[in-house]
Amino acid sequence: MHALPPSRRAVLAAALGCATPLALRAQPAPAASATSAAAGLPRLVTVSGAITEVVYALGAEAQLAGTDTTSLYPAAALKTPKVGYLRQLSAEGVLSLRPDAVIATTEAGPPVVLDQLRSAGVKVELVPSEYTWDDVRRKVQAVGHAARREDAARALQARLDAEWAQLGREVAQAAAGRAAPRVLFVLSHGPSAQVGGQGTAGDALIRFAGGVNALTGFTGYRPMTAEALASSAPDFILTTEQGIDALGGPQKFWQRPELALTPAYQRRALIALDALLLMGFGPRLPQAVRALHASLYP
Amino acid sequence: MSASSGPARPGAGQTAGAEGMAAPPPPPRSGRLLAPRGALALGLALVALAFVAGGASGAYPIAPAQLLGALAHAVSGTPPDTPQQLVFLNIRLPRLLLAAAAGAGLALAGALMQGLFRNPLADPGLVGISSGAALAAGLTIVLGPAWFPALPHALGSWTLMLTAFAGGLAVTGFIYRFAQGPAGTHVALMLLAGVAVNALAGAGLGYLNFMATDEQLRNIQFWLLGSLGGARWSAVALVTAVVALCCAAALAWARPLNAIALGEAQAALLGVHVERTKRAAVLITALAVGAITATTGIIGFVGLVAPHWVRLLTGPDHRVVLPCSALLGAALVLAADAVARTVVQPAELPLGVLTAAIGGPMFLWMLRHFRGRV
Repeated sequence: MHALPPSRRAVLAAALGCATPLALRAQPAPAASATSAAAGLPRLVTVSGAITEVVYALGAEAQLAGTDTTSLYPAAALKTPKVGYLRQLSAEGVLSLRPDAVIATTEAGPPVVLDQLRSAGVKVELVPSEYTWDDVRRKVQAVGHAARREDAARALQARLDAEWAQLGREVAQAAAGRAAPRVLFVLSHGPSAQVGGQGTAGDALIRFAGGVNALTGFTGYRPMTAEALASSAPDFILTTEQGIDALGGPQKFWQRPELALTPAYQRRALIALDALLLMGFGPRLPQAVRALHASLYP
Repeated sequence: MSASSGPARPGAGQTAGAEGMAAPPPPPRSGRLLAPRGALALGLALVALAFVAGGASGAYPIAPAQLLGALAHAVSGTPPDTPQQLVFLNIRLPRLLLAAAAGAGLALAGALMQGLFRNPLADPGLVGISSGAALAAGLTIVLGPAWFPALPHALGSWTLMLTAFAGGLAVTGFIYRFAQGPAGTHVALMLLAGVAVNALAGAGLGYLNFMATDEQLRNIQFWLLGSLGGARWSAVALVTAVVALCCAAALAWARPLNAIALGEAQAALLGVHVERTKRAAVLITALAVGAITATTGIIGFVGLVAPHWVRLLTGPDHRVVLPCSALLGAALVLAADAVARTVVQPAELPLGVLTAAIGGPMFLWMLRHFRGRV
């Protein structure tokens, strides 16, 4: 195609651009019920990676009519129809999947669209996120209720609660009598790194795993100057695998000059976890905390 | 808004004459391709076509029979009896009307501004409405929860819309006052003050971005990209009424604007109330664009492109340019939104991305093919 003269290319591109919406519209409408296994059970649209994970953990994926763009795990969730980014839902788009219920975190929006969904008879369930263990419990309950799989939800809840309690004991045991390691959470690696203060998923995870946030005094994510980063003196740096991949690997990461001044630099103590595992606060939270804890207390 | 100034610059270069900022004198009548009546008919046909096409397309499959049934219910006032009709009446139809009203209002305001400033680069954002609204929206999103926690209780879901509208009017009012001099409103001063204030608002927004939490940041970003997704009947009715009034009012000022095209002094000699015309044009623009922007966020480029196309086809007479621009703007936004709703369904694209992506190349093509006449 690149060999074509520019004018013909433009015509082709224009034709393609015009044809795309038509081709999409020509797709058959989604079937009224997904599979026979889910016949009669409510169809769900989940708007949060963690909530989608709960659906799969409950074995209710046949009821899944669609998910949002943050639903990346398990891999099967990538193949579900995507209703877009969680804060920018389209009322007609969601309704075209014919869900009985939409389960989302309170971050979902815009509010007008949620109202429109409700007025069209769709149950809209919003789960608040406060980065506590209760987040996970609320998500499991909400999905269990909306999917009419309360028994499975109770069983999953009991299993997760036991795992969480066991993990809490292990962390307390390991941390007893030792100074908690200082951990810096780096969300993204621009010219000045975006780092996590109080009230972030990273902050909560560090606490659960027996560490302390190297940064205090602000909430949310902030770009941080190189000097402030150096003076926070972290023993470990926690970040996302996606961020490290975008940088081109851990070697590239440690090349930042300000890092050479930190205790973490001596041991190249970099902990990279999958972003959704790290920040999702779903059924894999114990797994995430265990992974971080194992790195902090080798 | 900011994207709109770049590609238009070659056109400005073409027109530079004795007075750097003035548009060329009106081309001879033979230069026009369409008679006024033909242009109006074509505009109406385009709007009708875009409206029907937009009404028939969408993520939710609705058969033509259901569309007609829904319209029958709407006309007779009875509640719709199928989910398809409900979706059409409560979600798609208000959105179509908002698209038409927004496109019409933005293009009308663009034509007014280009006429008032006698500058082909002028667009409704120039006198600060969009940037003022954006700054107010950013303030509401970022600082609202901490500084005015009672505001959402009093205004509910209207909070963002009302603060954005107020912000747009306040900034435009400031720029207008700033440009007052002994000889009345200094148009060039107003234009330059607009540039400065837009930069200031940009700085404010940048600072708000820095302060914002992750969630607020995304809210601001999406607001800046524009969307018709928030179309509810109450808001749509309000915006449509404001735009309709503004269109009617603008037509009354078409003749004075034609005179001003010859220069302010000449217009005054012809007996035109130059000051009143300026005030009316700024007020109409502020009201229309303020109401639209407050509801939809920033929809770029329509206000700049539509009047140019119309002038190219019909000549510079504002009695034709104003209504035809409104019609073309409505058709453009209707078409762009139909694409935004369908290309990535069941998700949707931000509308501002599409209007600029469609408008930019169209504008460049126009500049290239009508080099001598823009």
